[in-house]
Amino acid sequence: MEEAPLLSIQQIGKTFSNGTVALRGMTMDIEQGSFVSLLGPSGCGKSTVLKIIAGLGNLTTGRVNWPTSNVDNLGRPDCEISFVFQEPTLMQWATVFENVWLPLRLKGISRSNAKERVEEALDMVGLHDFASSYPRELSGGMKMRVSIARALITRPKLLLMDEPFAALDEITRFKLNNDLLGLWEKFNWTVIFVTHSVFESAYLSSRIVVMAARPGRVVEDIDVGAPYPRDDEFRTSTAYNGYCREASNALHSAMDAGDHL
Amino acid sequence: MSDTPIEEIDIDPVEMRKAQALKREKIGRWLLPLIVVVLSIVAWDRLCVWNDIPHYIIPRPGRVLDSLITDWSLLIGSLGTTLLITFSALAIAIVGGVGLAVLFAQSKWIEMTFFPYAVILQVTPIIVIAPLIFIYVESKFAGLLICAWIVAFFPILSNTTMGLNSADHNLRDMMKLYGASRWQTLRFLRLPSALPFFLGGLKIAGGLSLIGAIVAEFVAGSGGVGSGLAFRILEASYRLNIPRMFAAIILISVTGVLIFMFMTFLSWLFLHKWHESAVKREI
Repeated sequence: MEEAPLLSIQQIGKTFSNGTVALRGMTMDIEQGSFVSLLGPSGCGKSTVLKIIAGLGNLTTGRVNWPTSNVDNLGRPDCEISFVFQEPTLMQWATVFENVWLPLRLKGISRSNAKERVEEALDMVGLHDFASSYPRELSGGMKMRVSIARALITRPKLLLMDEPFAALDEITRFKLNNDLLGLWEKFNWTVIFVTHSVFESAYLSSRIVVMAARPGRVVEDIDVGAPYPRDDEFRTSTAYNGYCREASNALHSAMDAGDHL
Repeated sequence: MSDTPIEEIDIDPVEMRKAQALKREKIGRWLLPLIVVVLSIVAWDRLCVWNDIPHYIIPRPGRVLDSLITDWSLLIGSLGTTLLITFSALAIAIVGGVGLAVLFAQSKWIEMTFFPYAVILQVTPIIVIAPLIFIYVESKFAGLLICAWIVAFFPILSNTTMGLNSADHNLRDMMKLYGASRWQTLRFLRLPSALPFFLGGLKIAGGLSLIGAIVAEFVAGSGGVGSGLAFRILEASYRLNIPRMFAAIILISVTGVLIFMFMTFLSWLFLHKWHESAVKREI
């Protein structure tokens, strides 16, 4: 028997008040434990999809179903969801510890009770020595790590990431890619990862959903069968190149076929 | 590669010059204004002497100093009264300004409804409202307080409102995602975001509350034992006691400067760890 998907997006559409059609008739299922990349040019609505899944934006049409979770009357599931933004999105006035503690603090967990879990999360991203630093004292990569630690602290079932590494240099990005994959394998999360990098999506994902713009829609769904764990050797393999080419071609044909606005 | 020992590296001359320039700047920051003040006082004195200006028109600095010393007990009592009004008004302005800003931040409708009143209070000169206030309010102290408060509260209200609304949108989304209550969002996100703005407003309000108190005293005009510095100035002007007027004015200015310096220090205290405006830059 096939396991029910974690979430099922059905015919969702979003039109902004200025008339821009951000999404039209998008349908897809996200399987439990999968690492799905949403790949597409800017303006194709990939971030909008993420916000809708997180319950941060309203739909114009369609719906998001959560077959394995209980849903409250606002349509929000009871499973833990975390969001990692493109910018580190840290509270500048708070220490690294306080930033990571925040999601637990909002649930009413005191500093001393949260201490162990915060330190565990900081350990996972390799920042245990920086608990009392302020964000401005950290490099871009370290800030992103804090942001990831904050997302980990609630032990999420679903991790939504909106181009989290786009602003980082390549060396830092490769390192964080590997760290993220390691954590994903360890905790069996479901990850939806928005990116505009073909290479990043092919390296990380078990599945690449290629999107096109105006209106935002799915144009190709690529299953990346390469086994995990993946390492830097995978980056130079023929299989990896094949997936990159496939995704790249889908992206190009989508952009060529798009209406010439 | 031969393993020659690493030579002692001399400090880069450019860095050296930079460090020296920094040192000079540090001294100059205090020394230059001091020199200007001293020169001005000397020039003031000389101008009075050279032009034979009588002391009942412009007194020489020495006379002002004399007046400051001989009238000290009188002036310090009045300064106390003025300060009491200034700081009480500032305290109410802080509570009222921040309170209203928080209320405005809770609902756009409340803000739209009441913000115009705040603007009207701010743009109508206090000097024209004050006489009315003293007609309607019996207690002189309360009247003075109201006047000083009207002047001081607007910068706090307007800055704090702006600060509360300037919280990072992604962080707001995150708060929503984690199911934060309205109070939690205010406490953990919006109030801290507003802090630099609030402190900026406080810097302005500190000076304004002093000005408000002085202006109100001028309008109230009545004397007596518990009267403020503005009354001393009025009184001295009726008696053509110009040195005492100067002495009182100097006291007011010095008080204003001290208030400003204290607010600047407060700003630094709260922001130096994280905010761009107060962080010391290296490199």
